[in-house]
Amino acid sequence: MTSEATASSTTEGHPLRVGLFVTCLVDLMRPNVGFSTVKLLEDAGCRVEVPELQTCCGQPAYNSGDFSDTQHIARQVITAFEGYDYLVAPSGSCVGMIKEHYPRLFSTDAGWRNRAERLAGRSYEIASFLHDVLAVESLGASHEASVTYHDSCSGLRELGIHDQPRALLGKISGLELREMTDSNVCCGFGGTFCVKYPKISEHLVSEKVANIAGTGAELLLGGDLGCLLNIAGRIKREGRDTKVFHVVEMLAGMIDVPAIGEAETPDGPV
Amino acid sequence: MNGSKAHVLASIRASLNRSGPLPASVARSLQARLARPRANLKPVVGADLTAHFTAQLEAVSGKVTRVASIDAVAEVVATHMRSYDLGARLVVAPDPALEGIPWSNRLSVERRAAAGDDRVSVTGAYAGVAETGSLVLLSSPESPTTLNFLPDDHLVVLREVQIVPHIEDVWVRMRSDKRRMPRTVNFITGPSKTADVEQTIQEGAHGPRRLHVILVSE
Amino acid sequence: MKSTAAKFKKSVRVSLGDPDLQRAMGFIKSGFVKNRRAAVERLPEFDELRRLARGIKEHTLQNLDFYLEAYEERVQASGGHVHWASTPEQACEIVVDICRRAGAKRVTKGKSMVGEEMGINDALEQAGLEPIETDLGEYIIQLAEEPPSHIIAPAVHKTKHQITELFHTHHARYGYTERQTEVPALVDEARQVLREKFLSADVGITGANFLIAETGSSVIVTNEGNGDLTNTLPRVHIVTAGIEKIVPTREDASTLLRVLARSATGQEMSVYTTFSTGPRRSDDLDGPSEYHVVLLDNGRSQMLGNAFHEMLRCIRCGACMNHCPVYQGIGGHAYGWVYVGPMGSVLTPLMVGLDEAGDLPNACTLNGRCREVCPMEIGLPDMLRELRRRQYQDRQTSRTSRTALAAWSFLARRPRLYRRLMGAAVASLAWLGRRRGRFRHMLLAGGWTSVRDLPAPQGASFQNQWRKRRGDAQP
Repeated sequence: MTSEATASSTTEGHPLRVGLFVTCLVDLMRPNVGFSTVKLLEDAGCRVEVPELQTCCGQPAYNSGDFSDTQHIARQVITAFEGYDYLVAPSGSCVGMIKEHYPRLFSTDAGWRNRAERLAGRSYEIASFLHDVLAVESLGASHEASVTYHDSCSGLRELGIHDQPRALLGKISGLELREMTDSNVCCGFGGTFCVKYPKISEHLVSEKVANIAGTGAELLLGGDLGCLLNIAGRIKREGRDTKVFHVVEMLAGMIDVPAIGEAETPDGPV
Repeated sequence: MNGSKAHVLASIRASLNRSGPLPASVARSLQARLARPRANLKPVVGADLTAHFTAQLEAVSGKVTRVASIDAVAEVVATHMRSYDLGARLVVAPDPALEGIPWSNRLSVERRAAAGDDRVSVTGAYAGVAETGSLVLLSSPESPTTLNFLPDDHLVVLREVQIVPHIEDVWVRMRSDKRRMPRTVNFITGPSKTADVEQTIQEGAHGPRRLHVILVSE
Repeated sequence: MKSTAAKFKKSVRVSLGDPDLQRAMGFIKSGFVKNRRAAVERLPEFDELRRLARGIKEHTLQNLDFYLEAYEERVQASGGHVHWASTPEQACEIVVDICRRAGAKRVTKGKSMVGEEMGINDALEQAGLEPIETDLGEYIIQLAEEPPSHIIAPAVHKTKHQITELFHTHHARYGYTERQTEVPALVDEARQVLREKFLSADVGITGANFLIAETGSSVIVTNEGNGDLTNTLPRVHIVTAGIEKIVPTREDASTLLRVLARSATGQEMSVYTTFSTGPRRSDDLDGPSEYHVVLLDNGRSQMLGNAFHEMLRCIRCGACMNHCPVYQGIGGHAYGWVYVGPMGSVLTPLMVGLDEAGDLPNACTLNGRCREVCPMEIGLPDMLRELRRRQYQDRQTSRTSRTALAAWSFLARRPRLYRRLMGAAVASLAWLGRRRGRFRHMLLAGGWTSVRDLPAPQGASFQNQWRKRRGDAQP
């Protein structure tokens, strides 16, 4: 399976310089998502660099009320990325953090607020970047499978990401997209929420899994690894066999690796 | 509790970073705004107000019977009372608009406010609102409020010309009629209902079980 | 009303395990959520109206003292009285005093969340009066001696079967001995029982969806007609309202009414929308001869202009809780007080204390659906996060959380150390999990693995692989 994104991705003859914000979860848990993102961007003609001085966007600290540490981390991100044409990340929640919340974090510091606002204006979630900025026309990929798509909350409500991943998936011939009931309802991850209130999280994620199973789709795709780890973990706990991938892995044609929560064995994936 | 009033106002002003009331000029402009209210956005309502009014009210189980003239009202009321087996006693609002209606002589008609055991009332209305399918009733000696709520069946005589497009038009009309706010202005949109038992809609909660508008075109 | 918000986690366990409650909560999705969406789709101007509604409230709040005084003047001009209360206790004293001076015994009540906030029923009972809830949902929970579980459908947690039993037990004294199992019969029996109460009440207490400064009017929005029987039949009418309910003009109220009913139940207009102004006029044939408005502050004035200012725009429609997946799962009682769901998670800590209600701002995924459906565009997730910030500052968060968070932030600010340490950690975990690709149990991750498997990391971290592939030439 091949994937060749084609689009216009140059300004005045120079390729766009994209800083990849890989996100902590992708970096640590599933690098394949990062490499898929790089492939999609490079195939579209971008020059991708991965600034060394990145770790986290600061959401864990921010959503726990530690605004001070959040500011330190935000300054680190701004400094590392502000020299690029764009910051692109395979996560709606991290980009939402950078776009919506970094400027507000520095509401009383004009200097940092301006730098945050400039970075915010150039930061994109990957599906939105491919569709809205690069206007990628074809992915040159094909894959026979039925899939369903989970809309992660931050991406949907902070960034308006809904149509873009669906439009991109529509360019993969052989793929059948089946919408689940309540695709836009929270899966129960919510960062630290899922471990602080496991019983409530369980209620939400089991409903999500039931809705996924209700479509009969072979694969679940989504744009945020936190959600996907949560859902995949529950699918496995319930003994179901829906396979879970990040949407960029499908778009880049890089799904010949074990699905989330699975391993390759001599007898096939488990 | 006058002490509390000063306390509450002081607390409000402190939060708004003011040491006292608004400057007189600002207060004057706000008073002027109160004296000349303006409508905000009003949703589009089609040109046929009667049709819109009727559709809205029927959608929420209000019954609408169109008649050509006020002379037909008595028959509609008598038929309604027969259909629902409502007996022979009728309370009619002391409304001049309902004066001289030739009620069936099989009915005993009283012109007063409602009592707890009244089963049927007939009132007029101040207006109808096409946007929402609502009747507008202003409390007065000619339109006592209890007639709108105590009986099981409430019939309202409304002339088509009384139908206005929007809620705001009621206020405009009241101002031009020099009508001050009465004790109650009731917007009534259908018979009473509740969904408090397993979210199942049930008509006939505490107010009337049935609302029947007799729409007079003359 | 007394708060049990501190028992949140225990209450949640109970409600998640209650099949009757879970079934009842299902009606929220099939009812309120579905109907609201249909109503919004039918009104092209909805979003514009929301924006205008927000503007009206903001203007009013910026000039709240002016509008309250203008309102009071006009209530007085129409023959009514306005009473101001800083605290719930003061408000109860005022209401009880009015009832005593009227020689009242029986008090009918339309639904008033401020009334619950004040604990008015307890105060009336302690003063020897008999308060009777007349909104069917409130009546049901009054019989059940339970708090409301939703701000507009207070008995949403009750099944038909439970209501059958309640009526059978409590209506026998009125001569109703048959057990009614169907909705029409149940509603009819309640109608008959409550009709007698309406007619014999000395005082009627209603809430107010809006107070109008232009005319000194209070507005209630009901479907049952109970509010109107409550404000018309007794000889005294008392309105209880928060100070933030003021809007400038009747036109402004009209705008807000358009978004209120649609957001709450998906109706375009409730059955009864009533504007009350003063007592009966000298030539009226019916109506109370006294009209009192009790304005309650209870901390609202202190929310003006600070991080929680937007909460004062709330028109108590209930859309946020209807759409909150957490509320849908746990129901209203778990929130432990009058206000539930997202708006309750902001108001309860502010009104009863953050230490008492500490779980509420945290039991939220910050998914934002509440803000999306709020007709007043209130930034609920941001206010919940601000409450978390205060908890963090006041060291109210647990020691474990703070330590884990501090460790994470420490590493996150040191990318090279992070890369080495976390890189090694995930590489080991990946190796440990290589056979199944996931863990059923994981040390220090009990919260996760109690509910779902933990996928194993793929292998070496992205950063480490990247450095290897591309060499160290990258900046």
